[in-house]
Amino acid sequence: MRFAVIVFPGSNCDIDMFHAVKDELGAEAEYVWHDEENLDRFDGILLPGGFSYGDYLRTGAIAQFSNVMDEVKKAAQAGKPVLGVCNGFQILLETGLLPGAMRRNESLKFICQPETLNVVNNETMFSSSYGKDEEIIIPIAHGEGNYYCDEETLKQLEEENRIIFRYKNNPNGSISDIAGIMNAQGNVLGMMPHPERAVSELLGSADGLKLFQSIVKSWRENHVLSS
Amino acid sequence: MYKVKVFVTLKESVLDPQGTAVKGSLHRMEYNEVQDVRIGKYLELTIEESVQDLDKSIREMCEKLLSNPVIEDYRYEVEEVVAQ
Repeated sequence: MRFAVIVFPGSNCDIDMFHAVKDELGAEAEYVWHDEENLDRFDGILLPGGFSYGDYLRTGAIAQFSNVMDEVKKAAQAGKPVLGVCNGFQILLETGLLPGAMRRNESLKFICQPETLNVVNNETMFSSSYGKDEEIIIPIAHGEGNYYCDEETLKQLEEENRIIFRYKNNPNGSISDIAGIMNAQGNVLGMMPHPERAVSELLGSADGLKLFQSIVKSWRENHVLSS
Repeated sequence: MYKVKVFVTLKESVLDPQGTAVKGSLHRMEYNEVQDVRIGKYLELTIEESVQDLDKSIREMCEKLLSNPVIEDYRYEVEEVVAQ
């Protein structure tokens, strides 16, 4: 399985993401610059964290119009797995691939610390290697991770089991303790915590690795076994 | 040329943590008459007169990029500026 790690001007978690996928997961990975116009050669798309375009105007606002995002939308429509972490999640929201928006953290502080998450739905291509309601430790690092959506959208997310991760102790004020959500099709996940920073015990937690393993497992079931 | 002033603010229904912090500070300064503070953004655009439909164009820019309709409202004022 071959992953694209999309690099925008201002991305700063791209190297961690590349390392997680290449060295810890053992899959193929390639850095892809934001002006790339073809992602057909990839099986999965990873949007890393950071401060794309300096977070000018709003987080993710400028990145949504870069060339590569048309291709990311195409990949999402084609059913390929698309994972947006932190700033990657913010970009997915601005692009409209996921519903809602981010506000400044309730405390107005940039928060960088490990968080305990609950795996709310473990029947997705991103979470199938976790147990139901498993508690996992994944670090967060953001100033704008206070997720917001209107009540109707929240109801829909809940009814369709599209809230994948919830904070055990809400650090930022997110509505309904949301840490990560998925699209209706089930192949686009956005989350504020950084699974790529929790892929080995040396880093304090290896709980993030199962997320990447889930993606590969699902891809193998759909591609390798059938061909 | 047109000078367009765009004001982007958080929707009424969305809590504004920055505004709340500023209100707290004003109260500590004993400006207790302040009931609410909302923080927004102000943008100035200079636009060529040759634009076909100015209002349509500004609305599109506001809805696609300058504001995020999920959490923000916008309004704008247009001023005509004669080149010197």
